Amino acid sequence: MSTELLVQARQVTRRFGGLVANSNIDAEVRRGEILGLIGPNGAGKSTFFNLIAGALPPTSGQILFEGQDVTGLPATRRCALGIARTYQVPRSFDSMSVVENVMIGSFVRHAGTAAARHAALEMLDFTGLARQANTLTHQLTPPEKRRLEVARALATQPKLLLLDEVLTGLTPSEARLGVELIRRVRDAGVTVVMVEHVMEVVMPLVDRAVVLNLGQVLAEGTPAEVVRNPAVISAYLGERRHAA
Amino acid sequence: MQTSPSVPAAAPSAANDAVRSFGVHRRGQLLIALVLFVLIALLPQVVQNAYLRNVLVLTLLYAALAQAWNILGGYCGQISLGHALYFGVGAYAASKLYVAFGVLPWFGMLVGGGLAALLALVLGYGCFRLKGHYFSIATIVIAEMGLLLAHNWEWLGAASGIQWPFGPDSWATLQFARDKTPYVYFALGLLAVTWLACWLIEDSRWGYWWRAVKDNPEAAESLGVTVLPSKMAAAAISAFFTAVGGGFYAAFVSYVDPDSVMQFRFSLLIVLPVVLGGIGTLWGPILGAAILIPLTEFSRSYMGGSGSGLDLMIYGGLVMAVALLKPEGLIRLLPSRFSGKKEAAR
Repeated sequence: MSTELLVQARQVTRRFGGLVANSNIDAEVRRGEILGLIGPNGAGKSTFFNLIAGALPPTSGQILFEGQDVTGLPATRRCALGIARTYQVPRSFDSMSVVENVMIGSFVRHAGTAAARHAALEMLDFTGLARQANTLTHQLTPPEKRRLEVARALATQPKLLLLDEVLTGLTPSEARLGVELIRRVRDAGVTVVMVEHVMEVVMPLVDRAVVLNLGQVLAEGTPAEVVRNPAVISAYLGERRHAA
Repeated sequence: MQTSPSVPAAAPSAANDAVRSFGVHRRGQLLIALVLFVLIALLPQVVQNAYLRNVLVLTLLYAALAQAWNILGGYCGQISLGHALYFGVGAYAASKLYVAFGVLPWFGMLVGGGLAALLALVLGYGCFRLKGHYFSIATIVIAEMGLLLAHNWEWLGAASGIQWPFGPDSWATLQFARDKTPYVYFALGLLAVTWLACWLIEDSRWGYWWRAVKDNPEAAESLGVTVLPSKMAAAAISAFFTAVGGGFYAAFVSYVDPDSVMQFRFSLLIVLPVVLGGIGTLWGPILGAAILIPLTEFSRSYMGGSGSGLDLMIYGGLVMAVALLKPEGLIRLLPSRFSGKKEAAR
């Protein structure tokens, strides 16, 4: 695997009033990998995820994407550079059909509606939603909504895809389909960062994992290294195993 | 992206079918509009009564105004209750330019439209940071400030307004004292242009962006939609058409004063047809205006003077009934090709 760095977080800190959600985080994402961002509840995973996506500005520190400083850029600009995200609770555009939802993503690369529609339909095919193209989003099942989130984000043709708990709450067979889709996304050349609670599902899928605890990086390495790390075991796995 | 996710070979035909059926749906809308507008253009041949023609002009005008409001309120989801401000800007621009400087109302209307669009951009830059109800309240307050300003601005005639001079009937000055039929055609033309603008917007990048902004601004932002510029563009286009309608109204009644064009009541009269007919749809504003405006005019003439407010009570009752029985608007009672949703294609 290439070790070229796609994202570098340098001494990133985010405070909410008196609460320090992320404290001096140094982390990196390598091009072409699937990186798991894990940790117990309240560890600061979601905050860090939002800092990379551009939904929140950091209080201090620096975020580089492909070597470029993107710390001050809003989500819209980061999307154009090639960072896309999904939401933990799907945020579909409910007055639009499924294909129109995906078109919103396509418009980043295609100004014309015909080209955007075509690209969106291709992306629906890639994510297995082609048959629901003209359905309204409120008629989708929860797993289909998750797929739509992924399809919409992929339609922006990202270099980096940020997945926020896309596998949480799925049945084992649905989760297996999700894992298969994430592998295909990576094989197509997109780097993936996923925040996840369910260790059993994440660990076999990711190339590397970064474990956060109390707003700081507790450990980082391959899944095998991470699960053997005594600090991780005591902070996370030792306390209670998440079966969700 | 270095390599875009590859597409399985089976995809294109299904995709092409979907694209084609959408194209057919779009052209169908255009055809329906053409037939409808031609039929309306023939109405003056049947309706000889001057009073009924007057009602027809107002109905077409309010359909156009409602359609213009729908651009910002329906597609982009920003509920303005201050469109009387833009209506007034158009009416005053056309009146002042014609009466004081001899500029033909055709140009006066366009100048008014441009001014209103500019004003909408400036106001939008400030107000669109407010969300939901806060935005709506701000639009009411700003429109009321405009009304107060017009009441006290001597250059615009203050409370007594501007009277258009009497002149011969002419398309150039849009003055028709005897036969009001030309106003029907002008109002119809305005409606057709506004409708066509909406039709074009519906399948444009702006149109999709606006609906995304309406449905979920955070998600839209994460997908590369620039939210504030999107809202400002919708506001400017909406204000432009509203002001052109205001300019036409001033030419139609040959008179403008603050209370007859800038009262809060006008803001409501512009919004209600959309709510009744179907918000964010291509045909809802026209359907709503076709029901509401004749109803209000007839109730005014048969049940008492314009000051009684009975027409607004009827409006209120209708809107409540719609809210309870068909919250998406009466257009949902019609086949899906009118309602603008492609649910039938499923």
